[in-house]
Amino acid sequence: MSDIAAPRSSSRARNLKGGGRNRSGQTNFELYSWLFMRLSGLALVVLVLGHLFTNLMLGDGINGLDFAFVAGKWASPLWQVWDLLMLWLAMLHGTNGMRTIINDYAEKDQTRFWLKALLLTASIVIVVLGTLVIFTFDPCLDPHSTLSVCQ
Amino acid sequence: MPSKPAGTLYRGREGMWSWVAHRITGVGIFFFLLVHVLDTALVRVSPEAYNEVIGTYKNPIVGLMEVGLVGAILFHAFNGIRLILVDFWAKGPRNQRKLMIGVGVVWVVLFVPFVARHLTHVFGG
Ligand code: HEM
Repeated sequence: MSDIAAPRSSSRARNLKGGGRNRSGQTNFELYSWLFMRLSGLALVVLVLGHLFTNLMLGDGINGLDFAFVAGKWASPLWQVWDLLMLWLAMLHGTNGMRTIINDYAEKDQTRFWLKALLLTASIVIVVLGTLVIFTFDPCLDPHSTLSVCQ
Repeated sequence: MPSKPAGTLYRGREGMWSWVAHRITGVGIFFFLLVHVLDTALVRVSPEAYNEVIGTYKNPIVGLMEVGLVGAILFHAFNGIRLILVDFWAKGPRNQRKLMIGVGVVWVVLFVPFVARHLTHVFGG
């Protein structure tokens, strides 16, 4: 009697339904990533250009930037939310873009792995740090502060 | 995939150069952002630490680098919108050239006034 393996199609078909995978057995991750680059890009146009305009064009522009300027901006929940969204979207968008570039140019599996590990580590550190800074910012950190909010 | 592609006669036109520029500006902006979050994080250290580091940026050399950064961001942003239109707008692919010209026009219209005002701040004291 020859042993012929049972056709696998039925069990694969079952996997297809529940596993979040497409016909070729892959997830749709790259599709969502492609879509995310476009959606986050649109949001970033407003967030980044608005950020550049208020910080560099209004008032004294670059000469007006100092601790008091940051304290003034983050006294408003609008700018806190703005900066938080900008941080997360720009970092996710930028990290995902860098991932694409690593995939394109690093040909050895090992090189790709380590570059992506480095990228992921750097990105997590920056996003966590930035988020903590926005949430724990204290304009009156300096006890001798002369800022009006601290009087 | 051959590890070293043989020399090619292919020289892309605008499409390839805009892709190269999109990639280079994207990488540049990403590395700037890493540094920018780190310097802004100094507001959690002390007002003096923050003001001191931001103060070192207030010179003509960094001022010119900021002009380059904003030019790169404006290009990446509007070229990105062009890519989105080509992908999602039914008439996008047919209007490739017009979209490309549009990116150039919007870039100039926003960049020139920016440079004028920013350099006034940088050099005007
Ligand atoms: C200002 C609004 C922005 C828009 C409209 C935008 C748009 C886009 C789009 C549509 C792509 C995908 C290109 C593709 O799939 O072929 C992309 C790629 C990329 N973006 Fe952005 N982006 C913006 C901001 C940023 C920022 C702030 C960063 C950095 C943190 C960034 C870094 C990148 C990188 C590294 C890539 C990958 C480039 C490549 O694969 O060649 N972008 N951008």
